[in-house]
Amino acid sequence: MKHLYLALALLAPAMAGAATPPPAVRMVDDAFSPATLTVDAGTTVVFTNRDDDAHTVTAVDGTFDSKGLDSGASWSHTFTKPGTYRYFCELHPFMKGTIVVKAVRA
Amino acid sequence: MNRSRFVEHVAWTGAGIAYTLGAGGLFTGRAVAASASAVNFVQISDSHIGFHQAANPDVLATLDRAITAINAMPEQPAFVVHTGDITHLSTPQQFSDAKSVLSKLRAPLIALPGEHDVLGNDFKPYMSNFRMPQAQPGGWTSWETDGVHFVALLNVFNFEKMGLLGTDQLDWLARDLAGLPKSMPVVVFAHVPLYALFPEWGWTTDDGSKALALLARFDSVTVLNGHIHQIITHTEGNITFATADATAYPQPKPGAAPKPGPLTLPPDDLLRAIGYRTVAVDGYGGRYEDHALGS
Repeated sequence: MKHLYLALALLAPAMAGAATPPPAVRMVDDAFSPATLTVDAGTTVVFTNRDDDAHTVTAVDGTFDSKGLDSGASWSHTFTKPGTYRYFCELHPFMKGTIVVKAVRA
Repeated sequence: MNRSRFVEHVAWTGAGIAYTLGAGGLFTGRAVAASASAVNFVQISDSHIGFHQAANPDVLATLDRAITAINAMPEQPAFVVHTGDITHLSTPQQFSDAKSVLSKLRAPLIALPGEHDVLGNDFKPYMSNFRMPQAQPGGWTSWETDGVHFVALLNVFNFEKMGLLGTDQLDWLARDLAGLPKSMPVVVFAHVPLYALFPEWGWTTDDGSKALALLARFDSVTVLNGHIHQIITHTEGNITFATADATAYPQPKPGAAPKPGPLTLPPDDLLRAIGYRTVAVDGYGGRYEDHALGS
């Protein structure tokens, strides 16, 4: 039993890491939530439409565009370069969001 | 089809006399006489083929219902104009499904795109399926029918700025209207309202005022839009605006809900909240009547 406790204690950090969901943005009630998300460079962000209407995730500078996302659909994008990325929904321009990408120190 | 509304439009004749067509469907005697030579057409809008949520699980069926009613009109309209959002997500299947139902119309179809039809600022799928007659490279067009000048504008690109016409289209519009007499009735179609109806929800055209300035000199201008899935009228000088019901589902009144998304109603109420519009335009201006799909 002692060995089992030890094994669980060693596994716990790894299990916690495996259970951590990837950074996510939801589209709910015609809004991006969270409106601003900060991630490390190289992070993949999952955008999911939880609304009863279609949406898009469209970069203001044109660097990414999900195209149409139906209700329940997800789309992901990997942010490799540090910076601030503003985006909006092409169908509902009042929906705006920002992804802040931080540099990762070697 | 008991919800049959008649919305009045004050038009100035060349003699400068105002004629008001009464509310409640009552024409004045002179107006009835004038309407005999009117150009009659039908407006439908916002079919959102591909939408499948609770607000309307069968948008093809409600569009088909509208087309059946239009085809049953004893005198067929000169044309049927669809003022955009034919599809929900611009997919090939949705365009194909929409085309198969709309092809049942007995009258010629003129279909403008909505922002749902040009996702990704790509309007090739729309153009290959619904390009309007004599369309300019940008997709917009104009024509004349029996003394009425019709203009179909596209204001669904670069949607970050809400509706946008752009310099090329505005320059074309200036040239298109330049030679017309001010007494000629003008009817303008566009998907998004050309004036600031409710900018908080994107219900405006960023440079719409420039188009309205070009139209202001005419005695009678009627601007018919879709986009907001409900009927709202507005007047600026001699320009009368009217947005149309959808054939798919209604949306909340401006600011009446936290968001402008689809309104879910009981099935019978849905049919009373969607429909089509018959329009008559002559030298006295435009008159229109809205018809719900359910009673």
